[in-house]
Amino acid sequence: MAKMRGATVINTERCKGCGLCVVACPFQVLALSDKSVNRKGYNYAVTVKEDTCTGCTSCAVVCPDGCISVYRKKEE
Amino acid sequence: MSMDIKEIIQPENLVYQKPELLNDTPMHYCPGCSHGVVHKLISEVIADMGMADKTVGVSPVGCAVFAYKYIDIDWQEAAHGRAPAVATAVKRLWPDRLVFTYQGDGDLACIGTAETIHALNRGENITIVFINNAIYGMTGGQMAPTTLLGMKTATCPYGRDAKLHGYPLKIADLAAQLQGTCYVTRQSVHSVAAINKAKRALRKAFEYNMAGKGSCLVEMVSTCNSGWKLSPAKANKWMEENMFPFYHIGDLKDIANNNQ
Amino acid sequence: MADQEITLMKGNEAIAHAAIRCGCDGYFGYPITPQSEVLETLAEQKPWETTGMVVLQAESETSSINMVYGGAGCGKKVMTSSSSPGISLMQEGLSYMAGCEIPCLVVNVSRGGPGLGTIQPSQADYFQSCKGGGHGDYRLIVLAPSSVQEMADFVDLAFELAFKYRNPAMILTDGVIGQMMEKVVLPPFKPRRTEEEILKQCPWAATGRPKTRKPNVITSLELDPAKMEEINIRIQKKYAEIQEKEVRFEEYMLEDAEYAICAFGSAARIAKKAIEEARNEGIKVGLLRPITLWPFPYKEVEALSNKVKGILSLEINAGQMVEDIRLAVNGKIPVSHYGRLGGIIPAPDEVVRELKKMVK
Repeated sequence: MAKMRGATVINTERCKGCGLCVVACPFQVLALSDKSVNRKGYNYAVTVKEDTCTGCTSCAVVCPDGCISVYRKKEE
Repeated sequence: MSMDIKEIIQPENLVYQKPELLNDTPMHYCPGCSHGVVHKLISEVIADMGMADKTVGVSPVGCAVFAYKYIDIDWQEAAHGRAPAVATAVKRLWPDRLVFTYQGDGDLACIGTAETIHALNRGENITIVFINNAIYGMTGGQMAPTTLLGMKTATCPYGRDAKLHGYPLKIADLAAQLQGTCYVTRQSVHSVAAINKAKRALRKAFEYNMAGKGSCLVEMVSTCNSGWKLSPAKANKWMEENMFPFYHIGDLKDIANNNQ
Repeated sequence: MADQEITLMKGNEAIAHAAIRCGCDGYFGYPITPQSEVLETLAEQKPWETTGMVVLQAESETSSINMVYGGAGCGKKVMTSSSSPGISLMQEGLSYMAGCEIPCLVVNVSRGGPGLGTIQPSQADYFQSCKGGGHGDYRLIVLAPSSVQEMADFVDLAFELAFKYRNPAMILTDGVIGQMMEKVVLPPFKPRRTEEEILKQCPWAATGRPKTRKPNVITSLELDPAKMEEINIRIQKKYAEIQEKEVRFEEYMLEDAEYAICAFGSAARIAKKAIEEARNEGIKVGLLRPITLWPFPYKEVEALSNKVKGILSLEINAGQMVEDIRLAVNGKIPVSHYGRLGGIIPAPDEVVRELKKMVK
């Protein structure tokens, strides 16, 4: 069966590190950066388990700042 | 062998991005604030309806005072509480425009109660988007008319006490009683499912306005994690546990379902 | 010609008819004595069936002025009318509109204050109209009609000035002119502007954004003090231009005058009668009637002070315009004030008595 593979592109400069995307992701794909901060000083969202992303868009839908773009492709 | 990430990140595979009408200006809202999600939904619905060139938004005084900086449509910034009066005139003078107000609980349910009730009761073909987070956000977390009993704010630091401060006001319940309203609903934006429902509610309200069916109130029960002094995720949980039992989520009135 | 027909009507009614005739797009008002005939006449005339003008009774004066704000912000020719206590409620909206630089017309058929005061006429809103009223450094363009004919004529003039300078304009009148019936020739019919004409005249208006331009935003908010100062400087430049170009006044029997009365609106009518009586008694007196209360005719009053021996400011208030006269005269000649309060109209013989004090 074809599996959906997804990927996120995060606008880390726009991200405020609220963490709602981390909570919304059903597969723990995202986390807040441990040490690095953006120019505003926020620990921004990063992809930590990129292989498990299905492109469900949950993270992007709940993101209040519209920082996340989601891509999805069927795995052949 | 699994796909390379670069193969996935291709324009033809894009399934979600920031709405086009929401511009790149960083929003001044606190991290995790519900305002941002509602801004996205409004941007999406206006674009989906193809109404970007025919929409006038009216922003309030409060946290959303700068809504006009983020959504690339024409706006009027109203005095505190007066947005429904401003919107009334815009819609009556430009009847083919989509006209909505965007107001918080202080703006709408307190200083602008008269404007809100009367615009809704006249059946103005406008939608009032009402962000109810039970607190004054912009001024630093003071008591709002919608603050829950027992809830602590900067001006009721020992908790809202009915004897001292009166009771929280259910504006949507009031609005549903008015003959001029055609659609009154209470939604939230704390989860994917809730966000999808809230988007459909906004779309319905805007479509009713354009069909001349009457006034609409879309209340968004929201968080103010800064004002509530909680993390964004905890604020959502607190809202579910404390706000939803008092501010019930769902449609309070829809002319499609009942002949009022 | 039908348009030239002379009719008899109240000043308030003339305002309503003139509004319909000059292509006004919307009126938003709230009943208050002594101006309710404006809204009543509009309701009776049903212009929404003829010119398409919107007429709406709001839930308060606060709401009326904010409806006017909304209408003005989307490029429409909109107005409201009220009387003193209602105008006080509108000050917030007027300040916002001056700050946003949007045009509108507000008619104040003023009555005696302070507070709920009286429903009888008064000119005690001069300060409120000309010196701000609301918060911030702003001005209204203030026209003071002294006849029913001028009530009718000034509606179009006020709109013209309001749009020319993108600033709220006010017709400051009182219960005398508002309630008085007089003959009037109503202005000719002028069609309301089309959508195209509005978009051309008001490219700044919030009417829906085509992809070809940036969003139009009507706001008076700017948190960056440097930018806010710039905005204020620009607005003040505009006010200076209005002061330079738009002063209007009437001179009456000033050619040989040794004394002058300054009076506006209904007080100017009393002044004319008093001048007749004073001249019968040998006092050479004339009248300078400011028609624009702001911009005030400072230069004209200053010129007058080089010509006459004294100026009496006749006002139906405790002495408000007299302050502007004194500013213009700058101590050169005696300036005094006479007025009645509480809704009492001064009689011409009282004015003659005051003049005699000055002549003595």
